[in-house]
Amino acid sequence: MGLKRNVSLSAGLRYKGPAGYLTYILHRIGGLGMAIFITTHILASFVGGRTGGVFNGIYENWAFQVFIFFCVLFHAINGLRITILDLFPKLLDYQKEAIWIEWAVFIPLYGISVLVILSTAL
Amino acid sequence: MTTKRTLSIKQRGLTNFEAIMWIFTRLSALGMYALILLAVIGALIMGARNQMNLADVMRWGFMPNVTHVQSTDVPDLDLWASPFWKLTASALLLVAVAHGVHGLVVIADDYIAGEGGRKIVRLLSIVMMISMSGIGLYLIWTS
Repeated sequence: MGLKRNVSLSAGLRYKGPAGYLTYILHRIGGLGMAIFITTHILASFVGGRTGGVFNGIYENWAFQVFIFFCVLFHAINGLRITILDLFPKLLDYQKEAIWIEWAVFIPLYGISVLVILSTAL
Repeated sequence: MTTKRTLSIKQRGLTNFEAIMWIFTRLSALGMYALILLAVIGALIMGARNQMNLADVMRWGFMPNVTHVQSTDVPDLDLWASPFWKLTASALLLVAVAHGVHGLVVIADDYIAGEGGRKIVRLLSIVMMISMSGIGLYLIWTS
């Protein structure tokens, strides 16, 4: 507590660390995206009526589905990597390899999801 | 030979609240994986293979609530609205809200370093956690 770090938000966003930075920032964007989406989704369902209908229209839009599926799938798959590596710290030496495996799982799964969403929507 | 950079979980110790939440975030992620897998397997048993597309199955998996299958070709929604799925959805909701709200606190801590600000963040997080859990449970059990 009372920690002073003097790093501004813009400096934090411009930071380019070694391998893992991309997954770190995408994990954060995915988590934030989901938190905002789920909060508004629950509130919209709770309020219902015309206000809720406006939000449901946004959620059913294919562009939004493509975005939120990215958030959810990336956060889930990257989170599994973090969990496995953190619970078995010896594996942390293979961080780079784990990230490659992660992309190998994420790209096909997300690609198929996007194809399905687009083929039903368009 | 480089020096050992990693510590086992026992050596790191779980002595304060933040450390307990650190391990909770990991374990709740595994718990959510288990619940989502359960929901997806259940959906396949209930006939999703012929009646739903991949995206719809995932939507059901991420929150096994009956309103999430209303727009698909599933003929009998009663099966999907059983108390078993409401319990599964409730468990997933509570774990996900705790995991998500703590995640928001972690993000806020990166930008709010002052002691007072962090106290406000924690107070807001508790309010959000209780209200979102309550509203979510209400929606699951009344849908």
